[in-house]
Amino acid sequence: MARTMKAAIPDRSADAEVDVSMTVNGEAVSRSVSVRMLLSDFLRHELRLTGTHVGCEHGVCGCCTVLLNGRAGRSCLTLAVQANGYDIRTIESVASADGTLHPVQQAFKECHGLQCGYCTPGMVMNIVARFEEPGKLDLTDEGIRDLLSGNLCRCTGYLNIIAAVRRAAELLGRA
Amino acid sequence: MSTRQFGARVERNIDPKLLRGEGAFVDDIPLPDALHVAFLRSPHARARIVSIDASAAKRHPGVAAIYTSDDIGTLDVEMPLLIPHPSMKNPKTQRPLARGDVHYVGQTVAMVVAVDRYTAEDAAALIEVEYEPLPLEMDLAKALTDDAPLVHADVPNNLAAHFIQTSGNPDDAFARAEHVTKITVQVDRSTAAPMECRAVAARWDAVSGELTVWDGTQAPISVRGGLASVFELDEDKVRVIAPDVGGGFGQKVLLFYPDELLVPMAAMRLGRPVKYIEDRRENFLGSSQERTQIHTIELAALRTGEVIGLRDFFLHDTGAFIPYGIAVAQVASTSIAGPYRIPNIFVEFKAVYTPTVQVTPYRGCGRPQACFALERAMDQLAEELGLDRFEIRRRNLIAEKEFPYEREGLLFADGLKVTLDSGQYGKALAMAAAELGAESFAAEQAKARAEGRYLGLGLACYVEGTGLGPYEGGHVKIHPITGKVYVNTGLSTQGQGHDTVFAQIVADQLGVSPQDVIVVEGDTKAFDWGVATFASRAAVVSGNAIHKTALTVRKKVIEAAANMLDVDPDQIELRDSAAWVKGSNRFAPLAAIATASNPLRYAFNKAAQAATQFARASKHDGPPLADGQAPGLEATDYYSPSQSTWAYGVHGAIIEVDPGLCTVKIRKYVCIHDCGNMINPMIVEGQVLGGIAQGIGGALYEHLDYQADGNLANASLMDFLVPYATEIPNVSILHLETPTPLNPLGVKGVGEAGCIAVGAVVASGVEDALRPFGALKFHQVPLSPNMISYALETAGY
Repeated sequence: MARTMKAAIPDRSADAEVDVSMTVNGEAVSRSVSVRMLLSDFLRHELRLTGTHVGCEHGVCGCCTVLLNGRAGRSCLTLAVQANGYDIRTIESVASADGTLHPVQQAFKECHGLQCGYCTPGMVMNIVARFEEPGKLDLTDEGIRDLLSGNLCRCTGYLNIIAAVRRAAELLGRA
Repeated sequence: MSTRQFGARVERNIDPKLLRGEGAFVDDIPLPDALHVAFLRSPHARARIVSIDASAAKRHPGVAAIYTSDDIGTLDVEMPLLIPHPSMKNPKTQRPLARGDVHYVGQTVAMVVAVDRYTAEDAAALIEVEYEPLPLEMDLAKALTDDAPLVHADVPNNLAAHFIQTSGNPDDAFARAEHVTKITVQVDRSTAAPMECRAVAARWDAVSGELTVWDGTQAPISVRGGLASVFELDEDKVRVIAPDVGGGFGQKVLLFYPDELLVPMAAMRLGRPVKYIEDRRENFLGSSQERTQIHTIELAALRTGEVIGLRDFFLHDTGAFIPYGIAVAQVASTSIAGPYRIPNIFVEFKAVYTPTVQVTPYRGCGRPQACFALERAMDQLAEELGLDRFEIRRRNLIAEKEFPYEREGLLFADGLKVTLDSGQYGKALAMAAAELGAESFAAEQAKARAEGRYLGLGLACYVEGTGLGPYEGGHVKIHPITGKVYVNTGLSTQGQGHDTVFAQIVADQLGVSPQDVIVVEGDTKAFDWGVATFASRAAVVSGNAIHKTALTVRKKVIEAAANMLDVDPDQIELRDSAAWVKGSNRFAPLAAIATASNPLRYAFNKAAQAATQFARASKHDGPPLADGQAPGLEATDYYSPSQSTWAYGVHGAIIEVDPGLCTVKIRKYVCIHDCGNMINPMIVEGQVLGGIAQGIGGALYEHLDYQADGNLANASLMDFLVPYATEIPNVSILHLETPTPLNPLGVKGVGEAGCIAVGAVVASGVEDALRPFGALKFHQVPLSPNMISYALETAGY
């Protein structure tokens, strides 16, 4: 196929921009972004933190779950500008700097709690958030199912994820 | 001795990366200056395009290009028919962008390329298209009538394919029958819904003339061949990479989707990387679906319950196009007799065009439909003959001594005669009965009924032809520096753990740990002979290819090590990444053997010194590489199966139905399955559990709700109900391992197994639970609360 350079290709949209500042994984970040940019796109494409995945963009699947001021939330239903001033944590912050897995991640590996791995970061963030809440965890079958009820997985059939939650509780001394 | 890795529950090599968020899915790959694609899609199921005006969209700030069918040059042709078959008279495939007519809601009409996806979607909304809506028919049976509106003007009666297969003498069997039972059943339209939607990115390097395409596909090598052909580029100038892929389940094996051609085209024309990241709505409106079949099945039986004949006629909904041929319907028709002898079979299907998204294989590929038809008919036959549901199956299952069991006249999806190769069908049924507590269930059921609770036992058997050809390859090489083993095959992986199971196979032959085996696939620059990941074939076809190759490399290692250590080859054993002289401390590391097997000029490290020209170990007569010898420890080999190998299983459940709320609760789910030798039982169980969860979705929840006007009313995960953890019960899996005699590893495929029987199990259990209300029939899945309510109302409840 012939190579032809057409007229100059534009390099930006006409969107109004807004300055946003937040703390992401312990680092202060500031960017000027489109007023309508989703937090998920901000994290993935502005900050290149691509571990946060996008599965539905309508808040059902939970792939895009991150922690906003310590609480699990959907980054696909949050505008970047709404997160201004927030403390955000993504999957990239969970393992140690040397790559050692967090006990929740370790439990997923031991229990075969992931297959394609696409939903996994959102699952892990949701579970980490719940484990960081004070108080007793409900580790009954029903309790763990309830804990996971905001995250879809199409590969595993969930049972190994349920086992991973229980194993993580053991590893963290929360069982 | 090293522990045997084949058969061990080895944790997966790929997991740490995925768990840390370091996976590289298509949209994670940094492509500086990339432009983004959005499609304008048809809002009509059938319409003629009167005009398209993209002028306002072209003027929209941030838009780089807009393409309609007029603007795509030689790509404006029908895309390939992948699997031709004589049963198709006038097979239709779609064009990348609609020309003239549109045939389903969601069909691509125009493509926008812009600086970001937000802008591209804005511009798509500015394209003015005038449509002249055309009449349409959504009902399969009505679509076949003479006066039905047509999906394609030149395909009479919307008949896409018509095919009959016969085994034995069914007419004679029905003439001899002492009892005939007949039912009509239906399985509804569904979709794979992988968590990562489809995605394609392309970069054209004008300097080198190379096109690189990242495609979340199950078939990178096939996509590469197709792109080279379409763009008239040398194969070597097209590199297709399927990086990490977020689930596939068949939906991603089809090629081409429009974007797979148009994105590379735009990248070449615009000189900038271009990306298309499908969103969830588009996945519902544009990516392949499956399942709708309506079977009318008859069983001819003796009074003993022995089934001597089967007749099945079914309608198969192929959507608006048939790019994958009749594969789904053919697999259904050849799986129709399941694990039973049934020596006389007549099976006929008509594939029907409907103005909906095209149908191509989704996990199961016709098997769930065939299983649902057959198993519901077996239940009905048992009831009519007054036999227990386990007993009637026991009397018909193929016995171990009858293998190989041929179904003369039935050709499977690989074009070869159906031949069930091995299994312990009767034992699997007995195990299911024991695990379910079938013997004591009647008492339990009676007790529950007395308390106003309605329990039922559901049961179904299935077979799965797996490991289709034509072939796959394996390449195994020992790295001279690290001693690690590098393995390639021509597949791509979507979560099945290829990198671990293939490593286990190699580890056993070369005496290394699976963690030291690096498996690279899904990249045509790494290995480009092979076909694709589909039909539960990876472990069987690539697994055996890699095994054969590893045996060759093992032989080379042992010969080279014997030479280095100055002993006979039979004195060498391989373990701990080294070759050892048996019963001694003498050894040579694999890295050193690999280095020494590669005559060197330059001594870049200590091990390499031994391989240079003046080193003592390099002394030889003749040239450094003897004639016919290759450097290093490396081999490539292939495996081409003589036929498919047939896995099977028995599923059962204890189900509770609340007749007030019309809800179904699975109290206990039991799965007995046999996929031959298991390479990694942990991964096998993961595949089976995932399949069962998808099966539960198909049995109770997942139904694409097409309206009479062809619009899909539930094109979101909010409305199309994929099960959460809250919908999936605990499952008890018991394994049988009957090695197949057909391949060296004795393995059968397992990818699709889990989903096949679930619909039949659930319907069987619900019927059994509601028996006190009369002989209610459940012949359709997903089995909704509405259906239960209607059945109860009809029975006067």
